[in-house]
Amino acid sequence: MVDKLRDNAALRRIVALADHREFMILYIIVLGIIGLTYAKPEFLSKPSLAAVMLSLTAQSIIAIGMTILLVSGTFDLSVGSTFALAGTVTAIWLRSGMPAPMAIGFGLAIGILIGLVNGLIITELRINAFITTLGMMGLVRGLMMVVSGGRNISELPASFNAFGQGELIPGVQNPIVISIVLIVVSDFLLRRSRFFRQSYYIGGNEAAAILSGINVKRVKVFNFALVGFLAALAGIIITARFGSASTTAGKGLELKVISAAIIGGASLKGGAGTILGSLLGAVLMSIIISSITLLGIDPNWVDFVIGAALLLAVMADATGRKAREAPG
Amino acid sequence: MPDSPDSQTVLEVRDVVKTFPGVRALDNVCFELRKGEVHALVGENGAGKSTLMHVLGGVLSPEAGEIFLDGRPFGPANPHAAADEGVCVVFQELSLSPNLSVAENIFAHRQPVRWKWPDLIDRRLLHERTGAILERFELQMDPATPVRNLPVALRQVVEILKAISQEPRILILDEPTSSLTAVETGLLFENIRQLKAQGTSVIYISHHLPEIFEIANRVTVMRDGRNVATCDVTDVTEDEIVRKRGGGEVSDRYGRRETPVGSEGFRSEGGRRGEAFDDVSFSVGRGEIVGMAGLAGSGRTELARAIFGAEPLDAGRLYVDEKPVTVRSPGQAIANRIGYLTEERKAQGLFMRMSVRQNCVAPVLGSFANRWGLMNEKAITALAARSRAEFGIVTPSVNQEVGNLSGGNQQKVLLAMWIDAGPLLLIADEPTRGVDVGAKSEIYRRLRALAADGVGILLISSELPEVLGLGDRILVMRAGRIAGRFEADQATEEKLIACATGIGAGSNPT
Ligand SMILES: Nc1ncnc2c1ncn2[C@@H]1O[C@H](COP(=O)(O)OP(=O)(O)OP(=O)(O)O)[C@@H](O)[C@H]1O
Ligand SMILES: [Mg+2]
Repeated sequence: MVDKLRDNAALRRIVALADHREFMILYIIVLGIIGLTYAKPEFLSKPSLAAVMLSLTAQSIIAIGMTILLVSGTFDLSVGSTFALAGTVTAIWLRSGMPAPMAIGFGLAIGILIGLVNGLIITELRINAFITTLGMMGLVRGLMMVVSGGRNISELPASFNAFGQGELIPGVQNPIVISIVLIVVSDFLLRRSRFFRQSYYIGGNEAAAILSGINVKRVKVFNFALVGFLAALAGIIITARFGSASTTAGKGLELKVISAAIIGGASLKGGAGTILGSLLGAVLMSIIISSITLLGIDPNWVDFVIGAALLLAVMADATGRKAREAPG
Repeated sequence: MPDSPDSQTVLEVRDVVKTFPGVRALDNVCFELRKGEVHALVGENGAGKSTLMHVLGGVLSPEAGEIFLDGRPFGPANPHAAADEGVCVVFQELSLSPNLSVAENIFAHRQPVRWKWPDLIDRRLLHERTGAILERFELQMDPATPVRNLPVALRQVVEILKAISQEPRILILDEPTSSLTAVETGLLFENIRQLKAQGTSVIYISHHLPEIFEIANRVTVMRDGRNVATCDVTDVTEDEIVRKRGGGEVSDRYGRRETPVGSEGFRSEGGRRGEAFDDVSFSVGRGEIVGMAGLAGSGRTELARAIFGAEPLDAGRLYVDEKPVTVRSPGQAIANRIGYLTEERKAQGLFMRMSVRQNCVAPVLGSFANRWGLMNEKAITALAARSRAEFGIVTPSVNQEVGNLSGGNQQKVLLAMWIDAGPLLLIADEPTRGVDVGAKSEIYRRLRALAADGVGILLISSELPEVLGLGDRILVMRAGRIAGRFEADQATEEKLIACATGIGAGSNPT
């Protein structure tokens, strides 16, 4: 009987699933939602949920690219600045009368360009990713301050705002639709596509990846361009959503995104992580934040709790790995 | 004798030069490979064999010279480009991703996909094909097994299969057998013969000359970055090859014990660790060399790591000089004067990005610090210089990064590092892997000298002649247990194989 159960492939899958990081976080999230709803029934109300999801869109879109970077053993600190610059320049171009599709296209191109520059500096000049993207973070944010003159830019054309405020699917705002579609597609691709799988090899053992015939430089540059593109996309979507480009937008976003990815199972050493995991990490963080406000706790605790969550996640991972690696 | 291949040239290397700071690794080397032949490449450590293969495999680009593939100029920019032209290399250093499965490693970025875009991997087909390829080595493991769970020998097999699965026209094997046991080597040769029959040309690098006479059609001897001779294997003898390549003599390689075995220096009683090994009891006398044979995965390395404190023992006691000792970490092991020469020099043994001199003192940093905790750099350099001379480490300077040395020279650094640490028990796990014949004799001499100084040595090796030639006693492990104990004069290769595989003669407990 027991043997039969063990032979059951479906059951084995479920057991294997329980072993995954994603499953653990999902479990915590579900517990959190149940707890919160019990304490504050209004948490499950539509406006409150929509607010949580909306606040997640920028983070989750960028998390896609950041996860792929982390998997390939690197990261990008400049995404928050790219996010702000793309929103700002798109807004400026719109104000100068450029048609919305063109302004959006140019905004995205700027994001890709920043990513390409990051990627090329890191792969061709072999400068470390931390330094390169730290420099880029300051440079891009400075550029944004210069072009915007340090002012928020609002009064954007309605056709553009509709992009962020409309509801392609009735009842769900566009930013949420876009981010969900992107996440589902990219999670699938990172798991199953041959091109994206290469990042796991690179992060797992870069020297070995080169000897295996993987074009490491090309994949890395692509990954940086992708994260730049996604950061710009998120910046433009949020600008449209609020009808205004803010100069403080995206400050600290890079660390939030990296923390979420690490809570979700990615590692700074590379070779591990999934987009679903990073998304769940972000959801967990945002539930923690909303519960602090909803429960009327002093909001000064937010950073403390998020930091603690990150530490707990990596500590759980380290002990788990020790236990797994112990038998020969 | 192997059947004679067509004499059509597929690959020609003309006057290729490659230099590294302080070394002329390839010095106008010429080389020719024919269709369907197995061409052996031999030479001392640092002769430039791997460098030439890196050039052919697209890892390095030469500074001068020409290469022709089928009469057309050939200069792959990267390993990918080389593979596209049908040139696949099994590099001396393993190039696998430990976290990924066997299937994903074999098919790295060539996984079967369903469509061009999105290029989704067809898992079922991937595992099916992997299964078929594993058959070539009579392996029945699950294609989803992560490579990190495999013993070194099987990793090497995966590496070989990765190259073979690309159906190359030219297959380059750089010391493929250095971590294989006899069984796997036999299967490899079987595969090479099949490939040869299909018209594949093979470049085969090995320090193991008998292998060359078994499998190769022609042999090229390299020395100091040059081709000093190419000839049919039927036209040369082992001695002639050894003479051409330079380096030490081979007579009486293993030496002879000159001092009697002293009192018991080390003992393990009932050692057990998980499923890796159980009930392991043995002792090593002061000045005694105990050989340990066994198949890949028989638990020898796990045992060594546990004695060295790198992994905990679940049960059992260890004694040094008949006093019980606690070894819970490598630091404690070193403090109890146990040394461990790991079989995986690259992943676990050496600090590849650090210099030769810094590596030499890694296990004994403390003894080079003065009373304010500052390192005595002069003494370190002196020690490193002495080791370099004593072990014949070929390097332009002791400040060279170990990662830039040739494979065999890295092994010498590892050995120097542990001998300098002054152990009472030295566990040497495959100490001559990837070392040329001359250097091998040198390592044997060092081990003998160490034993003469009263150090007990546990010599783990898959090369039976080595175990038989050096061991005073020989233990055979099978499936995590000591399956046989032999006195050196009673042991033969056949007996050891029978005992290790559990087929035939059976064990002979003494
Ligand atoms: N990346 C590098 N940087 C500096 N020197 C190098 C580098 N790679 C190889 N060398 C040097 O080039 C020479 C040839 O090395 P190579 O690895 O080709 O030798 P080999 O014949 O394969 O030896 P072995 O039998 O030990 O593997 C050696 O002296 C080595 O130290
Ligand atoms: Mg070599």
